[in-house]
Amino acid sequence: MPKLCDAKTLLLAAAVTGALGATSELLAQANEQFIPALVYRSGPYAPNGVPFANGYADYLNLINERDGGINGVKIVFEECETGYATDRGVECYERLKGKGPTGAAAFSPLSTGITYALTEKVSADKIPLITMGYGRSESVDGSVFMWNFPLLGTYWDAADVLIQHIGNLNGGLDKLKGKKIALVYHDSPYGKEPIPLLQERSRRHGFELVTIPVTHPGVEQKAAWLQIRQGRPDYVLLWGWGVMNSTAIKEAVAVNYPRDHMFGVWWAGAEPDVLPAGADAKGYNALALQHSAGQGPVHADILKYVYGKGKGAGQKEDVGHVLYNRGLINSMLLVESIRTAQAKFGKKPMTGEQVRWGIENLNLDQKRISQLGLFGMLQPLKVSCNDHEGARQARIHQWDGTKWVFVSGWIQADESVIRPMVDEASAKYAKEKNLVRRDCKVS
Amino acid sequence: MFYREAGQFKTTYGADQAVFPIRQDQVFVAIWLAIGFFLVPLISSEYLLRAILIPFLILALAALGLNLLVGYCGQLSLGTGGFMAVGAYAAYNLCVRIPALNPLVAFLLAGGVATLVGIAFGIPSLRIKGYYLAVATLAAQFFLDWVFSRVAWFTNNTPSGSISAPPVTLFQFAFDTPVRKYLLCLAFLVLFAVVAKNLVRGRIGRAWMATRDMDVAAEIIGIRPMYAKLSAFAVSSFFIGVAGGLWAFIHLGSWEPLAFDVNRSFSILFMVIIGGLGSILGSFLGAAFITVLPLLLNQLPQWLSVPISTAMISHLEAMIFGSLIVFFLIVEPLGLARLWRIAKEKLRLWPFPY
Repeated sequence: MPKLCDAKTLLLAAAVTGALGATSELLAQANEQFIPALVYRSGPYAPNGVPFANGYADYLNLINERDGGINGVKIVFEECETGYATDRGVECYERLKGKGPTGAAAFSPLSTGITYALTEKVSADKIPLITMGYGRSESVDGSVFMWNFPLLGTYWDAADVLIQHIGNLNGGLDKLKGKKIALVYHDSPYGKEPIPLLQERSRRHGFELVTIPVTHPGVEQKAAWLQIRQGRPDYVLLWGWGVMNSTAIKEAVAVNYPRDHMFGVWWAGAEPDVLPAGADAKGYNALALQHSAGQGPVHADILKYVYGKGKGAGQKEDVGHVLYNRGLINSMLLVESIRTAQAKFGKKPMTGEQVRWGIENLNLDQKRISQLGLFGMLQPLKVSCNDHEGARQARIHQWDGTKWVFVSGWIQADESVIRPMVDEASAKYAKEKNLVRRDCKVS
Repeated sequence: MFYREAGQFKTTYGADQAVFPIRQDQVFVAIWLAIGFFLVPLISSEYLLRAILIPFLILALAALGLNLLVGYCGQLSLGTGGFMAVGAYAAYNLCVRIPALNPLVAFLLAGGVATLVGIAFGIPSLRIKGYYLAVATLAAQFFLDWVFSRVAWFTNNTPSGSISAPPVTLFQFAFDTPVRKYLLCLAFLVLFAVVAKNLVRGRIGRAWMATRDMDVAAEIIGIRPMYAKLSAFAVSSFFIGVAGGLWAFIHLGSWEPLAFDVNRSFSILFMVIIGGLGSILGSFLGAAFITVLPLLLNQLPQWLSVPISTAMISHLEAMIFGSLIVFFLIVEPLGLARLWRIAKEKLRLWPFPY
């Protein structure tokens, strides 16, 4: 009998402490901002997913540890593993969207496929979707895509900047006539996204566009590079992700295609993409989404406040890598948007609708960027209803065998080419979904 | 004691041939239906409905379809994902090109399209069987994948290849909330399960099973193998095509060909094998095992407040899930449905086993 009694008291005690714990948790929750993180730390895209997720988490931890939250509102965040799979991404979204006192602040799925799947769900649930440098290119048009924010640039910008850069190398865009440019792309919405822009550019300048798809996850590319060996295009654009990028560089070596004629998008221009190929990757070019690798004052703070307290998400040595910085900037933009929203709605946890207002009115000037400790890594950006991107400039960086070096100045994507395409595509979407365009002058 | 049918006298042929001749089974099914249609919509959270129950119901329908082919007719198929894609893209194209068409009608028509494609790819089964047929259907899977990602017509010339489904309505009634979507999927599943159950009890089902058990003997007793095999492919593809339409329209809403890749085929085949070949109940149990268990494993550490890193959780999920599959296959190679049957036998004798 005594044994049973013990068990009972234990159970009771457990129940009481559990209840107490729950109430204190509830009290603490009142002043918290929940930020979900859709990550992939396993699977074929993990080499690129891990540094991004670490940067994302470290910056949020930094805000909590150094500033005590955003204007005193503590950040709680939770990761959910998507494995870059669309169905798991949707499951994660459903799992996390209602957490915290005000629900999820914003989602950054880091996958164009998941972005497509979530676009309609977020507008029903009133949660903004930040797709920094990826996602639907036509979602720049905020009058139709109210909840999507492709901050810093879209794939159409990326393709446009690359073509302009290749034009510069040849002494003008008109010199591209008769040239042959191949696009080796990940066979998914991500890889197909730049094709309409490249077709438009090829029509204008008379270069020949060859599109070569690579099946997910991209470890088998022999056929694609055989095509390149036969066709010998003047330039190769690489729209790969994860293990596909390093494989592509190795295959280029195998067919003896010059690496300095290869240009990756910003998702094909980080350390995990070139390091596996070793010395052969030297000369490989890629776009930089504003920043490259490197450290600024913000990294010193992260090392001090986050890693110094043993709360770092990854290895100390990886702080400042390209994708780490991108994750960091992604969460910085979200935090600054929440701050902007707080200036209007009060210093309390923001709802998805309020965060959306904050992103749409985000305005980071050079001074603020320096304050944030990111001088030189980011150009000023200003988001508006009409322009959900905020900035559309990029540079090219080249791998010199040990580090990334910038080889071009800032190139601005050509609005006169892209905007008509954006308008056309967003109008088509609005018609399909029976959406009424928002009047950007009012809000 | 619980499952004793003593005292239940059948006085008509109809009663004797009922789908569930035993009173206990009737009660059991009625309770499950009541839970499914009334209790679950009342108490379930949005997450439970959207992320767990709706995918479970739709994949159970696909598993049911595949079980008719693999479990009842013995024709191994690895093309399920491809046939689901046929259903999804057919429904999409029917809705886009004939705007007046109701999506619910489009699902059934899409099932019809999947039937035709299924019969076409079922023709090799007349000459080859077993592993060779599996390879032939695998070819169907890759071919269909290729068609939907390469031929722009099927995606209505969408540049990214990702298409989004129009809303599903019936007489001004929109299936837009999770509860409504859930009830729609449940209604489809129940309807198709009744059809499947009656098919396998009848002449056609018996022809399938005879073909499965020994095709030469079946032919000798007067079953036409061509008719039996192709009808199995047709019915199975119809089920799978409808499931594909539901998966795309109700669950995903917007999708790309990758949603129906070869992994989908494998996972549905695993549902059938783990649930129980040649068992309607097994299709449901297998679908629950494969869709729900990984999500449970993924969230268990958090519920127990065990701090494990996200990467570790997903590795553990894969490891535990894999070993559970092996465990069940060793302990009960005939599937989860067989476990239920054993339980029923035991309950019948309880508390006086001999």
